[in-house]
Amino acid sequence: MERDNIMLSFKGNVTSELLTPVLQIMESKMEKLNEPSKIKKKVYNILVEALQNLYHHLDKQPDTAPQGHNTVIFMIGKTEEAYSIFTGNYISNENAGKLKNRIEKINSLEPDELKAYYKEVLNNGMMSDKGGGGLGMIDIARKSGQRLDFDFQRVDEKFSFYSLNINIPQ
Amino acid sequence: MENLVIEGTPKTPTIKFSPEEGKLLIQGRSIPENSIDFYKPLVDTLEQYSDGPKDATKVDIVLEYFNTSSSKCILDVFKKLEKINSAGGGVAINWHYEEDDEDMLEAGEDYQAIINIPFKMIEIEE
Repeated sequence: MERDNIMLSFKGNVTSELLTPVLQIMESKMEKLNEPSKIKKKVYNILVEALQNLYHHLDKQPDTAPQGHNTVIFMIGKTEEAYSIFTGNYISNENAGKLKNRIEKINSLEPDELKAYYKEVLNNGMMSDKGGGGLGMIDIARKSGQRLDFDFQRVDEKFSFYSLNINIPQ
Repeated sequence: MENLVIEGTPKTPTIKFSPEEGKLLIQGRSIPENSIDFYKPLVDTLEQYSDGPKDATKVDIVLEYFNTSSSKCILDVFKKLEKINSAGGGVAINWHYEEDDEDMLEAGEDYQAIINIPFKMIEIEE
């Protein structure tokens, strides 16, 4: 992502109070750029999922996690061809393994299989206490129409840094 | 039974349910971080309504955005309605989507495939 193309970037703690203005800023920026309603909605939807993933992830951080590990980063950018949303956060190595498996499963599916998988997870009755129940990543893959581009960097024996780079073609 | 009215906010939709008229409207944005708390009053009210529903219940879903946290709760709402429908309550769901919003149309079709209630997809012209 080239520096000039960054529309918004953030490093710090994610709270519910932060997400609302971030979404409002992005909405008004896209409004000013006269983006077609279709792309505006797609970017907005994916951004909601990506940022709420960060937010819910923080909720789940164990109390033993070092202080700085609550820090997340996100960056939203735009080129001629696509919008990009980058997120990064620390994750325990144990959860990193589980998340990697889930993402790899999602990436192995073709669009029609992804649609079927979404319906299966939607209808399986499992719900996290926040309501999502594992649909967020499937939704991001479906709406962006791209494979999930992710990375896990091992920090130490307990933690990794997880990053996700979402591309939304215009 | 009393009407249920919840005013919309930037993150949650307007909900209007009139048991007397057999009409439910969900309109706006549904992107709260925690949807379960938000939808609980509606799910509870529908459970109560299912004891003595009208002959026909008309449901209008006019959502601009909804997150995946809301999607399971919306399914819960539809499951309550499905129960009413299969008991002879005559439920009809109108799923409104804006012109060109294929994602919202597809989301409606996903529910249509899961829930045994007649769905009508209605395009909102801009």
